[in-house]
Parts: sequence; structure tokens; C-alpha cells
Amino acid sequence: MKKVMMGNHALSYGAMLARAQVVSAYPITPQTQVVELLSEMCADGTLEAQFIKVESEHSAMASCIGASVAGARAFTATSSQGLALMHEMLHWAGGGRHPIVMGEVNRAMAPGWSIWTDQNDSLSQRDTGWMQFYCSSNQEVVDTVIQAFKVAETLMIPAMVILDAFALSHTYEVVDVPEQALVDKYLPPFKPAIRLNPADPRAFGGLTGSEHYMELRYKLEKDMEKAPALIEETGREYEKLFGRRLGLIDAYRCDDADFVFVTSGTAGYTARVAVDELRASGVKAGNLRIKVFRPFPYRQVREVLGRVKKAAVLDRNCSYGAGGIFYQEVKSAVYSSPGMPPIFGYIAGLGGRDIMTDSFKEIAAHAASRDRADEEIVWIGVKK
Amino acid sequence: MTQEAKKEKKFTMTLPADELMACGHLACQGCGATLAMRYMLKALGQKTVLCIPACCWAVIDGPYPYSSMDVPVYHCAFETAASTATGVKAGLEMTGDAETTVVAWGGDGGTFDIGIQALSGAAERNEDIIYVCYDNEAYMNTGIQRSSATPYGAWTTTTPVKHFKNRPKKDIVAIMAAHRIPYLATASVAYPEDFVKKMNKAKGIRGTRFFHVYAPCPTGWKSRPEDTIKLARMAVQNGYFPLIEIENGEKTTVNMLIKQRKPVDEYLRLQGRFRHLQPEQVAAIQAEIETRWERLLKAAA
Repeated sequence: MKKVMMGNHALSYGAMLARAQVVSAYPITPQTQVVELLSEMCADGTLEAQFIKVESEHSAMASCIGASVAGARAFTATSSQGLALMHEMLHWAGGGRHPIVMGEVNRAMAPGWSIWTDQNDSLSQRDTGWMQFYCSSNQEVVDTVIQAFKVAETLMIPAMVILDAFALSHTYEVVDVPEQALVDKYLPPFKPAIRLNPADPRAFGGLTGSEHYMELRYKLEKDMEKAPALIEETGREYEKLFGRRLGLIDAYRCDDADFVFVTSGTAGYTARVAVDELRASGVKAGNLRIKVFRPFPYRQVREVLGRVKKAAVLDRNCSYGAGGIFYQEVKSAVYSSPGMPPIFGYIAGLGGRDIMTDSFKEIAAHAASRDRADEEIVWIGVKK
Repeated sequence: MTQEAKKEKKFTMTLPADELMACGHLACQGCGATLAMRYMLKALGQKTVLCIPACCWAVIDGPYPYSSMDVPVYHCAFETAASTATGVKAGLEMTGDAETTVVAWGGDGGTFDIGIQALSGAAERNEDIIYVCYDNEAYMNTGIQRSSATPYGAWTTTTPVKHFKNRPKKDIVAIMAAHRIPYLATASVAYPEDFVKKMNKAKGIRGTRFFHVYAPCPTGWKSRPEDTIKLARMAVQNGYFPLIEIENGEKTTVNMLIKQRKPVDEYLRLQGRFRHLQPEQVAAIQAEIETRWERLLKAAA
């Protein structure tokens, strides 16, 4: 069934189709419609779940953790300051191996107050032991929520499904809503091997000495390393049932490209248009959109970039003192491999400033004007 | 009745014999919080899940991979006892277990201070959990720092003798009563029958139930381990810690009406944390007890 819906409702539909059993959330612009719709779905029985109307995002994540360790499928959604408030509990969910799925609407961090998009909120949480999926269409949002539950529950690692504020959260698109019976086939009920069960009493997360702690973290990393193959495998399985493949990257016209943009989120769709226009003017451009940031798809990125002459990474974020965060990862991906192209780094679109096709053309012209990338981070569209 | 039967009746157990807390835990000698846990579990039984935030009990339970509990324990973040328990209850219900009692079990720091937001939220929503605060009147697990539960006059490592705590203890019972939760009780490790009776009553009620349990801490109070019960009993008998129940934020019952309340002086003298107090400061503490006692009687009338 096809429906026209906003990105936020795509998150709600994803959680509904995944049959989330406990939803616990606190409102924040631009996430509110996600929980408004879920609250209606819980009230009218469309979704058989308990909706906990908590007093903060910190409590939202804490109660999702409680629900998850009790054996229920848990979902929440937040953005920006709310995600930052959750930070402690993100480590708790990651380290405790609670496969919660969270919708995360990218919004710039205050001060000054901003409700508009950039990625500093979610990327600040990169080391918390969560998988991060960056979406560029509402269709991808619905599909990814369903897939994220499957991958999260297989590995017992939580996952964030991330979309740009307004550029996607409030943008209406046609979404092919997956059929419930097929989703049920794809995503079986959550049955964790151990949970809080009085018939089998166990203690979770107790005091852990140096003789045990490191092994727990080693196992988390080793399981996280299994995620790329699992995301591809479950993505192919998804394609068989629903006709849409879900993967780690989305390479557009990269096969014969000389020059490739590396993008994420909605900027990745704008980049496609820029690629087409550049190709019309004789530049053999391509776009590599990175869908999954954690775990980072190093091999897949290397495979694409190994075939091109230059690459330009567009970051809608900044790690102050180190530049764009995707740029750092992409450089790590190609470092020490022979035959890799120079990688240029650009920052654009912070605090919701538009990233236009002209922004990409400016980037292409800048990269074309020099042979090698130095350490300079180039800011696009900034008033100096 | 034969002589034998009379004798047998004399030894009737007043508490359930079941022990769901095993030996081998890591509490200090004379720990009141440990007795509190033992009595609570006697009342609640096997079908109980505990959510324990950072507090002495995060250590007492035992290090990974051990636990001294025969019920499931989730060690949660410091400020999340109430919110984690809320999620656990929802998760259990959604997976077909509506019967298990979910308990948030925190110290005074995790309840009066850092966890009060989550607690207030859960109480306002009337979440179906039992929240127990075992109050030892300071951050004992981190080494005796003052909390908002530390009483006026007490020494702690952050309220040294020259600058002892000069503000009264936060009135957590009044705060929780203001949430109009179905059941609220105080309890003391010196009165286990009263404690177990109230816990049994709470078990049969739906919604948020709050217990404020007085739990002496020899390590932090600089008292003798063997005086734990004595101190807890004195606190009830001198009116410092009255045993009460409040239902729906309105109906107040004083469980133990003490007609001849003893002076607070002797209670203070048994604790090194009050050693520095001058007679006028002791008098101020006594006066505060009188004021609060009168207020309590008025509320219960």
C-alpha cells in the first residue's frame, strides 16, 4: 500500500510494523510527530504496545532499557538536546547489549538555539556502542527501522535510525508501506536468550572488575564487526520480500567516475542531482552515500574510492579541532591502501543552512583546481 | 491448652522463613540496608525483580558474575531506579507476566537527590512499581559525603565539623505524599514485623508505592555495628523517624504512637557524626523533632 507521509511518520510506521511492544519517549522539536502518531496507534490498538510518557529523554532511554531487558521490543525517538541528555544511557544500552531501536532526527546543538538540521548530535554519540543508519528518503526510514530491529536483536546491539530535521522529518514523500504479514515473516518476535525472569534469577550489569570488563567490551567490538555482513545479508533478504535492497552504502554512477562525492543523509540525494548536472557538462562525477556510519563500512568505501581519481567528503558536522567527522573516517578507510585517490574535506549546511546542487558544483570546482588534498578543511557557503 | 501447645505458640514465627538474600554479600558489619533488603524480600517473595542504581547495594549484591540475590537484579544508572523499573514493569507485562512485583531499590542519594526527577515522573504517572529508599543519611558508598537526606548537625566528609550540615533533612515523605500516590510508608529495620506487614499491604496495591526505610550505617555514622538496631529503635521512640503510612496522599496513620518520647540526646551521643554538637544545637534538633511530631499528629487527626 502506498501512502504519502512525512519522515517522522515513517519512523512511527516502521515501529508499528516492527510490532514494538514498549514505546517510551519525550517530545522535542523536530521529533514530535513520531511520538504523537505512536501514541495514537497505542491508544486505538493499531499497535499493541505500552506507551510510557516519561518526564525526560534520560528516563525514556532508561525505561526502554528496562523494557528490553525484561524481554520486550522497545522503541523511542529523540533529537539533539534530548539525545545529548540520553548520553549516559546510550552507553548503558550499548554496553548492556539491549537491542533498542531509536529514531533520531538530526538537529543542531545549542547554543544558540537551533531546531534545524546538522549531524553533530548523533555523531557525538558514535562511541556509545550503537549502530547508526543515516537515511535519505522516507521509504528508507520505514524500511531501515524494520531492518534495524532485525540486526539489533541478532547481535544484541542497539541501533539509531537517523534522518535530517525538516529536510526529511517534515517532508512528505510517497512511501510503499510494507505488508504486515511479510514484515512478520522477516522480523520474528524478540526472544532474548536471557532476560529478567524470576524463574531464572540473574544479575545484570553488576560491579565488574578488571579481570572481566575488557572481555565484555571485546565481545561488543567483535559483534559490531559482524554487523556489516549482517546488514548486507538482511538487506538482500529484505529485497527478496519487498523489492528494495538495504545496504551499507549507496553508490550512484560511481562505476566509471573520475570524481566522487562522499555524502550522507538528504545531502546524498541532492548530490545525485549535482552528479547528473556535472555529467551533462562533461565531468565524470559520482556520489557515494554512506548509509551506515557505525559500524563504518571501511571495505565498501575503499572498493568504490579505489576506482576514482579524486573524492570529496561533504560533512554536515564538525569535530572542532579535527574537522568533518565522515572525512576522518573516509581518510582512515583509504590510508595505507595503495592506489587510493586524494580525499578532500568540506563542511557545509550546519544549523540547517541549505546544501544546494551549487554547493556540490563549488566543491567539484575546488577539488578540480588542485592535485592534492592538504589538511585544510574547506567551508562551503560560510560568511567569513 | 496443654503446656506443650502454649510453649509452641510462644515461638510462632512472626516473619516468613524464606530467605531470598543469601550470605556472602559484601555489606559492612551492622549494615541496616542489608537487613532492609532481607525483610523486604521475605514479604515480596520469589516473583520480584529488583532495579538497583548506584548505591551501597550496587556493591553489596556482589561483583560480576556473582549475586547474593535469589531474584533477578538489574543494576541501573544512578538516577534511573524509578524509570528503569517503569520500563521493566511495562516489558514484563507486554511479555505476559503481569504478576511479578518490580522494585526500585535506591539509597538516599539516588532518591532525595539525583534520582528525584525520575521518581517524581513515575509517581505522577502512578507507575505500577514499589520504590524503596533505604536511607542512611549520606553518600555512604562513595565515602560519607552529605546528601539532602543528611540531617542538621551531622558531620560528613563534605560537611566537616567546622562547617557541619546546617540545613534540615529534605522531607521526602511530604514530597511523595504531594504526588498523591496510593501508598506511602516509613519503615525501620528495628521493627521488622511492621516493615513486612506494610510491604505485604503494598504488594496488594496497584500503582506507585513508596517506602522510606531508616537504615543505620555504622561506617558513616561512626557508631558501633552492634548498635544498629538500638539506634533504629531509638529513632522511632524519640520521634526522629516516626513509623507512618499515607494513603492517596491524604489518609495519614501513625503506626506507633509514642506517648513518652525519649530525648534525642542519647541517640545523638551514640554516633560519632554528632560528637561536635553543642547543647544549644542538640536543643535545636530536639525542638525540630517536637515541631514535626505535632505536625504529624495534626495530619493524622
